[in-house]
Amino acid sequence: MSDAAEAPARRRLANDAPVRVVSARPPLRTRLVTLWSRRELLLGLIASDIRIKYKNSALGIVWSMLSPASMLAMYYLVFSIFLKNGIPNFVVYLFSGLVVWNMFQISLNTATGVIVDRAGLVKKVSFPREILALANVGASVVYFVIQLSVLLIFLAVIGHAPDWGFLWLLPISFLTLYLLTASLAVVMSAVTVYLRDVKHLMEVVLQFWFWLTPVVYSYENSIAAPLHRHGLSNIYFFNPVTLIVLTFQRIFYVSTVVHSTTTGALIKILPTWSFQRFLSLNLALLGIVVVLFLVAESIFGRLEGNFESEL
Amino acid sequence: MATVIDVRHVSKSFKIHHERHQSLKERLLHPRSGSTEVFHALRDVSFEVGANETVGILGHNGSGKSTLLKTICGVLQPTSGEIRLRGTLAALLELGAGFQTELSGRDNVYLYGAMLGLSKKSVDAIFDDIVAFSEIEHFIDTQVKFYSSGMYVRLAFAVAVNVDPDLLVVDEVLAVGDERFQAKCIDRIRRFQEEGRSILLVTHNADQVRALCDRAIVLNAGVLIADGPTASSLRTFREHLLEDNVERDERPAQTNVTIAAVTTPSGSFDVRSGASMHFDVEIESQSAYSGNFVLEVFTRSGQLVSRSDAQGAPVNLSPGRNVVGVDLAQLPLLDGVYDLNVGVVDAHGHTRIAWREQAASIQVSYDGRAGGVVELGATIRQQ
Repeated sequence: MSDAAEAPARRRLANDAPVRVVSARPPLRTRLVTLWSRRELLLGLIASDIRIKYKNSALGIVWSMLSPASMLAMYYLVFSIFLKNGIPNFVVYLFSGLVVWNMFQISLNTATGVIVDRAGLVKKVSFPREILALANVGASVVYFVIQLSVLLIFLAVIGHAPDWGFLWLLPISFLTLYLLTASLAVVMSAVTVYLRDVKHLMEVVLQFWFWLTPVVYSYENSIAAPLHRHGLSNIYFFNPVTLIVLTFQRIFYVSTVVHSTTTGALIKILPTWSFQRFLSLNLALLGIVVVLFLVAESIFGRLEGNFESEL
Repeated sequence: MATVIDVRHVSKSFKIHHERHQSLKERLLHPRSGSTEVFHALRDVSFEVGANETVGILGHNGSGKSTLLKTICGVLQPTSGEIRLRGTLAALLELGAGFQTELSGRDNVYLYGAMLGLSKKSVDAIFDDIVAFSEIEHFIDTQVKFYSSGMYVRLAFAVAVNVDPDLLVVDEVLAVGDERFQAKCIDRIRRFQEEGRSILLVTHNADQVRALCDRAIVLNAGVLIADGPTASSLRTFREHLLEDNVERDERPAQTNVTIAAVTTPSGSFDVRSGASMHFDVEIESQSAYSGNFVLEVFTRSGQLVSRSDAQGAPVNLSPGRNVVGVDLAQLPLLDGVYDLNVGVVDAHGHTRIAWREQAASIQVSYDGRAGGVVELGATIRQQ
C-alpha cells in the first residue's frame, strides 16, 4: 500500500467519494442515516460492554443466566410455600413482568450517565454519541433474551405452555419496549450532561415507576376497581410500560381468571381483552414510541451541540 | 484538483460558565446566578484543502486551531457554517482516547476500528499490519490496562494510520512518544504524502510545519489571518508572535525595530563552498536599544543548519539606521540554496524584537565529492 503508483487512483477515489457535511444542526434524516451506517460500532460497543462486565470472572456470561435462574428459584420457593397469595403459578406471572421491567430499569440506570462517564471519548472521537446510550440498551437486550430463555426453560420444566396464539404479540411488544427504553435512554443521557442530578433522580423515579407498573401485583385483582372508582383507569395506562408488562403476562401466564389455591374463589388476574384488543393497543403504542424515538433523536441533536463546554 | 476539505464560513462559540450550577438544586435556587460568557473560538473561517496537499495549521495556544480540527473531524458541531468532507478521514486527536482499558489489545483494535468507521471485515484485513506496526505482538491479547504508556500510544497510532484514510488529521500527537517513535510517525506522514493523500497538521512547532507542509494556515484569536505557502504564512505567524510579545511586555514604542535589508558588498548571494562571506544587515530603529543579534540558516527542506548569535556581545542600536556586519569564514555548506533568518532579540534571548524570515537566500556552489549539508573536512586513510 506504500506504492506511490497508487497515488493517481487515490486522487480519483477522492473525486468520486461521497461528500459528508459537518454543520450546525444536521437534519433528523441525516442523523438517522448516520446512526444506521454506524450499526457495526453499536454491536461492537454492546459486545465490549458485556465482555467488560464478565471479564476476569471464571464463569463469565454464565452468570447472566445463573442470577435470573436463582432469582426465579427463590421466588418459586417463597411464593409457593411461604407467602401463598392464592394465585397459582404466581412465579410465572411475576417473572414475565420482571423480564420487561429489568430491561427497562437496567437500561435507564446505566445509560443515563453514560455520556458523562465517557467524556474522554466523546470529546476526542467522532461518532454519533447516542450510540453510547443505545449500546447500554443493547446490552440489556442481551440480558433480556437470556432471562426470557430462563423463563422458557422454567415453563418447560413445570409444563406450563404459553398462549401460542398470543405469541404473535411478542415481537411487537418487544420492539415497543426497545424503542421506548432507547428513546428515554437517549434523552436522559444528554440531559444528564447539563444536570448531573438527573442520574440520581432517575434511580428514585424508577423505584416509584416500578410500583406504578403491575409487576408484583395484579392490575385486575388489586387496583382495577379502586382506580375505576376514582376515574383514574385511563391515567394508569399513561404508563407505557404497563401495556407491555400486561402483554407479556398474557402471553406467558395465559389465564385471565384463576381459582385461588387457598380459598377456591375466582380471582380475576389479567384483563380479559381479546387478541384483537391487545393487538390494536400494542400497535397504537408502537406508533407512539416510534414518534417518541424521533423526538428523542432531535432533542439529543439539540443538546449535543454544547456537550464540549459542559463535559 | 479535487477538494478534500471545504470549510465554509465556520464559526464556533462556547458558553463559559463562571459559576457552574450543575446540580438541580443549584439551578432551581439560582436560576440566573453565575454569568455566562460567550467565547468565540472560531470566527468565519473558510479555506479548502485539495487532494495531495499537506496543510499546516499554526497558532498560539487558544487561537482556535484545536477547535477547528475537532470541528473538521466532527467531534464538535460548528455554531454556524459548514464543512464538506470527501473520502475517509482518520484523526489522531488524542491517541488511545477510545480505548477500554479492561479489554485486550485485540478487542480494542476492533472497537477503535469501528469507532473510526471500519467494518469488522476491514479490520480483519489490516489487523496484522496494525500489530506489526505497533510492535506489541506478544501483548496483543493482554488487557490494555497492563500496557505501558508507550505501548498504548503505539497501538493507537498503528490503528489510525493503517485504516487507509484519504485524509489524515494530526493534532500535536507528534510531540508524544520517544524519539524513535516520533521519527516513525514523521516517516509515516511522508509516506502518506507520497501516496497522494491529504494531511492536516496542527502544531505550534514552526520547524515541523516547514519540514512537512506545502501550505500553512495561521489562526489568531479564532480568525484566519494567513493562508498561503508555508514560508509566507510562517512570516505572518512570527510577526504575530512578535506583536503579542510586545503587548505582553508592555514595551513602549522605543522597541520599534525593523530589519530593513540584507546586502552583500557585491550584491550577489552566490558563494563557493569553503569561501568566506560577508553581508550587512540594515536595522532601522526608532530609539536606542541594546539587544542580541541572531542568525539562522535553514536548508530549503526546512532543516535548521545553524543558529548563532553575537557570542553574548550586545548590539547597541541607536535611533535611525544601523548596520550589523556578519562574517562567515570558510563557509562549510555544500551545494544548495540556504535561507537566512535574521533578527534582534532582547538581552535575555527570550523575546524577538525584530525578525525577518528568509531575509536572504544564499546559493552555495560546491565541486567536491562530499554529499549532504556540511563539509566536515574529513580526511580518510587506512592506518
